[in-house]
Amino acid sequence: MLEQIEGSQAVARAVRLSRPEVICAYPISPQTHIVEALSVAVKSGALEHCEFVNVESEFAALSVAIGASAAGARSYTATASQGLLYMIEAVYNAAGLGLPIVMTLANRAIGAPINIWNDHSDAMAVRDAGWIQLFAETNQDAADLHIYAFRLAEQLSVPVMVNMDGFILTHATERVDLPTQEQVDAFLPPYAPRTYLDPADPVSIGAMVGPEAFTEVRYLASLRQQEALSAIEQIDEEFSEVFGRRPCGFFSSYRMEDAEIVAVAMGSAVGTLKDAVDDMREQGVRVGALGLRTFRPFPADAIRSALSGSRRVLVFERAHSPGFGGQLSADIAATMRSAEPTVHSVVSGLGGRPVTRLSVASAIQAASKGELGLETFLDLDESLLKHEVTELGTARRSSATGGTLAQIIESSGPQGAR
Amino acid sequence: MPFQPIKFYQTGSFVVGNRLLSEDQRSVQSSQARTNSLTLGHRACQGCGEALGARYALDAAMRATDNQMVVANATGCLEVFTTPFPETSWQIPWIHSLFGNSAAVGTGIAAALRSKGRQDIRVVAQAGDGGTVDIGFGPLSGMFERNDDVLFICYDNEAYMNTGVQRSGATPPAARTATTDAVGPHPGEDFGKGKNLPLIAMAHEIPYVATATVAELRDLEYKVEKAMSFHGARYIHVLVPCPLGWGSAPSDTIRLSRMAKETGLFPVFEAEGGEVTSVSNIRHQLPVEEYLRPQRRYQHLFRPQPDTETIGRIQAIADKNISRFGLLNGEPK
Repeated sequence: MLEQIEGSQAVARAVRLSRPEVICAYPISPQTHIVEALSVAVKSGALEHCEFVNVESEFAALSVAIGASAAGARSYTATASQGLLYMIEAVYNAAGLGLPIVMTLANRAIGAPINIWNDHSDAMAVRDAGWIQLFAETNQDAADLHIYAFRLAEQLSVPVMVNMDGFILTHATERVDLPTQEQVDAFLPPYAPRTYLDPADPVSIGAMVGPEAFTEVRYLASLRQQEALSAIEQIDEEFSEVFGRRPCGFFSSYRMEDAEIVAVAMGSAVGTLKDAVDDMREQGVRVGALGLRTFRPFPADAIRSALSGSRRVLVFERAHSPGFGGQLSADIAATMRSAEPTVHSVVSGLGGRPVTRLSVASAIQAASKGELGLETFLDLDESLLKHEVTELGTARRSSATGGTLAQIIESSGPQGAR
Repeated sequence: MPFQPIKFYQTGSFVVGNRLLSEDQRSVQSSQARTNSLTLGHRACQGCGEALGARYALDAAMRATDNQMVVANATGCLEVFTTPFPETSWQIPWIHSLFGNSAAVGTGIAAALRSKGRQDIRVVAQAGDGGTVDIGFGPLSGMFERNDDVLFICYDNEAYMNTGVQRSGATPPAARTATTDAVGPHPGEDFGKGKNLPLIAMAHEIPYVATATVAELRDLEYKVEKAMSFHGARYIHVLVPCPLGWGSAPSDTIRLSRMAKETGLFPVFEAEGGEVTSVSNIRHQLPVEEYLRPQRRYQHLFRPQPDTETIGRIQAIADKNISRFGLLNGEPK
């Protein structure tokens, strides 16, 4: 149903329709309206079978979500800026434990100097934490992406962060088409976890992993992000069938057909880019816009083909890495690499595994023969991987993830220079 | 109260596993139906008080909950020595997330169980003293304040043993640690520092607070069982000697635990709703010197000659506890 509604209220409604079972929140602008609305929904009984926990810090907010998710509950929290940094240890932990928590990040600058207004420094600070990161361009996107995020997270056992620009989206009143409960229920089945803390079937979650297996754990996490790319395409189809619109995709394209110049951004700035593109098109400039929705996993292949016909790409960055530059343009530049020299990533020495002279030499040898992939995990233990993937495939309550990972491993060929 | 020495070999004593006791008085550990929550194969040091305390506490909690229980564990020795991938010593649903968040993870599990209408499954969160009084204090205080349905157990060995014996907020005065070394004019930990978590827990007016040691394991079992009869936030603080960090013989773990109580340095009591409801009387009062001397962390108090002034200050702490909690006559001041 079409409504004129504030972005935060729209997101709160979308989260409510997704039937979360545990919501925990600590106040920080500009996400507060979302959790305020959710707290009313729980307290009034509009949202049933849900616990709302007022915690004492963001670190606790995400930790409570971790406990709840590990106990098999659909869990949600929201934060921004300093709050995200205060919980960052738990951000990495949730991803490492593979808990499908959904979190709104109402993007806001990080101090000092203290500043409550929008940029993407917070999202960039956890870029490498292992979460899927989606960016909303409009409030329609923001509402849709939350429903979508629960589905994506639970299908993959990976936490999802929905980024929406603080104030620009969270506090803006726009026309939003909010779905019905029936539609959401048809799209989002109840959470059926792969493993959870169950006295009937005791498991130990969060064991200590040493150098002998840490690299393989990280490699599997990397595969899962690759799997997310295909999952996003598949879930997009289902979403559009149920709701009649595509929420995510990897990015939105605007007047890209013959563009020599492409303006790229994430979040609410994409709308402004489109307006500017219209202005410049009227002046005869062949320009288009690309609004990136899926930042992690980074849809490198799709971006490469979308930008391949252009001559200049302007990345409008809402964050900056001092001493280097813009993070998003670095990602895009790495994606578009074609000229000499070829840069290979050899992921090595994770979690205490030694980087041996022999392994380095074998990687160099593979490169000299032109056999080294652009990204290689050094010294992967294939038998351990096979064991883990088989476990995933056969374990009780398992989704098809184990099989899908096996396919990805199969198709990517032998990894690692041995 | 008249002086009444307890002889542990006497018939009907509460020695663990005593088969002469009636069924309901026997320890959880003497039952073949015990869960072995923390089973063999872990890598704890010989004489580890924490491994002993955790096994007794969790098995007792399992019996009290009819095995319907989930445990959240903080980072620390207990986590490291029980779960080296791909092995685990836990026979119960168990999660380790981070160092400072086991109380919050416990809150989350309890919230999840409530939302699913499974309040029959109970939650225990646990940590060492570092994960309780220092880095985990914020989430723990939040869990207390909200009266979340979680039993939090602190295994207190009075320093950061897992990282190599550094000082924590629970390290006692004069104790040598790697960061309060026995050097300078005031060797060991300073006087006047540290926090008393059981009293802080009581200040939250939560339903139940208790202290215990691994010397009196039946008492620990009783308190865990009692804690599980309450709903809401509960706290049990267990003194667990660490042979490595204390510089004590592994065979002295039980003896030192008993001496900590018998000197008055570690008051053993229960409190409900913020009020002390019972104290364990000192049976044979000991001077603190006897407790300090066998521990290498206090050896600077005895060499080259006894530091009577410092020992006297420690005795004063014990005397204050005795008077405050009424440890000799059961009458708290």
